[in-house]
Amino acid sequence: MDAVLKAEGLTKEFKGFVAVNKVDLTVERGSIHALIGPNGAGKTTCFNLLTKFLQPTRGTITYDGRDITRMAPADIARLGMVRSFQISAVFPDLSVLQNVRVALQRKRGDSYDFWRSERGLTQFDDEARAHIDAVGLSEFTDTRAGELSYGRKRALEIATTLALDPAMLLLDEPMAGMGQEDVERTSALIKRIAANRTILMVEHNLKVVADLSDKITVLARGEILAEGDYDTVSKSPDVIDAYIGAGHD
Amino acid sequence: MSVSDIQPETNERRPATAGMPKLHMAIFAVLFVVLAVLPMLVYPVFAMKVMCFALFAAAFNLLLGFGGLLSFGHAAYFGGASYVAAHASKVWGLSPELSIIAGTLAAGILGLAIGALAIRRQGIYFAMVTLAFAQMVYFFALQADFTGGEDGIQSVPRGSLFGIFPVDSNEALYYLVLAVTFGGILFLYRIVHSPFGQVLKAIRENEPRAISLGYRVNRYKLMVFVLSASFAGLAGATKSQVFQLASLTDVHWSMSGEVVLMTLLGGVGTVFGPLLGATIVVTMQNYLASMGAWVTVIQGVIFVLGVLLFREGIVGVISKWLKRPL
Ligand SMILES: Nc1ncnc2c1ncn2[C@@H]1O[C@H](COP(=O)(O)OP(=O)(O)OP(=O)(O)O)[C@@H](O)[C@H]1O
Ligand SMILES: [Mg+2]
Repeated sequence: MDAVLKAEGLTKEFKGFVAVNKVDLTVERGSIHALIGPNGAGKTTCFNLLTKFLQPTRGTITYDGRDITRMAPADIARLGMVRSFQISAVFPDLSVLQNVRVALQRKRGDSYDFWRSERGLTQFDDEARAHIDAVGLSEFTDTRAGELSYGRKRALEIATTLALDPAMLLLDEPMAGMGQEDVERTSALIKRIAANRTILMVEHNLKVVADLSDKITVLARGEILAEGDYDTVSKSPDVIDAYIGAGHD
Repeated sequence: MSVSDIQPETNERRPATAGMPKLHMAIFAVLFVVLAVLPMLVYPVFAMKVMCFALFAAAFNLLLGFGGLLSFGHAAYFGGASYVAAHASKVWGLSPELSIIAGTLAAGILGLAIGALAIRRQGIYFAMVTLAFAQMVYFFALQADFTGGEDGIQSVPRGSLFGIFPVDSNEALYYLVLAVTFGGILFLYRIVHSPFGQVLKAIRENEPRAISLGYRVNRYKLMVFVLSASFAGLAGATKSQVFQLASLTDVHWSMSGEVVLMTLLGGVGTVFGPLLGATIVVTMQNYLASMGAWVTVIQGVIFVLGVLLFREGIVGVISKWLKRPL
């Protein structure tokens, strides 16, 4: 197995506060890799650094053998590494169908065609509906995304991300706010899409993490505490300490 | 016929891919008919002025309502184009359509230069950068030789359309202005309802998400800025042919403010709001012209009342009430 994403000495300081400290992370191609840790550990900040929404203070990032440390976030997505957001990110005033189509539109190329009718976008409808179906949102196809429940927004976000057919997905708490049924469906979906993709995900639901991930990295106070499969990590005294020390989350 | 064409109308849940909604089509049709007979009812120059400002406000609305960018320097494109078109007609002797094209292109190029610098800034800083550059354009117009300083460019000849059809009379010019402004407004409508417009809406609603999908949002912002500047220029260039004049008023910062006022009053982000807003403001200025400086005060009061009473603008409120986008 080879590494698809590699971070070395990744560090982010916010006005003197070190949110991520010398993190070395290697994500194997085709694996499901979980990033866990107590609240405020720096997981989302790591995601922001890896997808270049934040510029690291120090360290390097390599994706698919290419140094991406200085690249722009939109270009990271174009390389096939697409992220989701912890706070559900949909286009609230667009319908569910339109949300997914925005991704399909991008995949086709760019959409600077201001002189064409949007009617042409119906060419993406069938493909969009298939993605919407896969996350169980078919009956909401024409609903405004802003009107969906929280869990359904998350599902829409996954459908939109998958529409880009990315080689690598970074999912930030994809199941937060979902009911049991949706968690199960989303777990199954993630397992299925992982067949030919790499997934790095942040998730607080440890049962999901145990069930899905090939490898787990535990982060606390911006530093890596432990790494390995679920059994190794869950037995690590450092990890037990960190979780108990951080209180109840 | 595509599937969406035969879907029933169910207002807001209706997919946006069904072409122009019947309601919009009907309003545009009525508007066109009214404008076609308007010169028999009102003074044509007044009607032409309203149409030019309606186009100007619609162009501004593209940027603010759909690009989410508040420019406080749109007079630069409106007025800049007006000077270029006036100069083209008077000094170069170009026919009106070529002068209008020249003015529009100049505004687009100016928009490209200013926009490229401004879109790097956000929110109020963006507005300030656009204002600063517009002030530079104003001082240029005041100082440069070909702009005629305080006098502006006066007695611009109207010439003949394509060098063949004379448009000296207000009646003849009216139909040229109607074609240009109405066509411009319909084109702006198309931009909003194009694949490009769809991406603009996505960026406006959730910029980080659009970036994470791989959209280089600054290019879209620059593009919408240039388009908006160009159509503002089209409006200004046309106006210079109507009044046979390009003057400092057109590039003054208060002109930038007026277009903000028109758009907000009518309803930012709506299709018909800016047209109504422009009509109200121009009509008001026309009838209150004798009151001198009071016009500004009354305009200010109306603006404050309008914003307090209808936060979403007049058309915005009606649209909410009818539960249909207008
Ligand atoms: N832009 C910022 N400016 C200053 N501090 C920040 C910024 N972003 C994050 N932080 C801080 O960095 C730390 C790590 O935050 P981060 O959001 O990465 O944690 P997390 O592991 O994702 O937590 P959670 O599980 O609650 O999502 C926190 O203490 C947070 O307050
Ligand atoms: Mg987080």
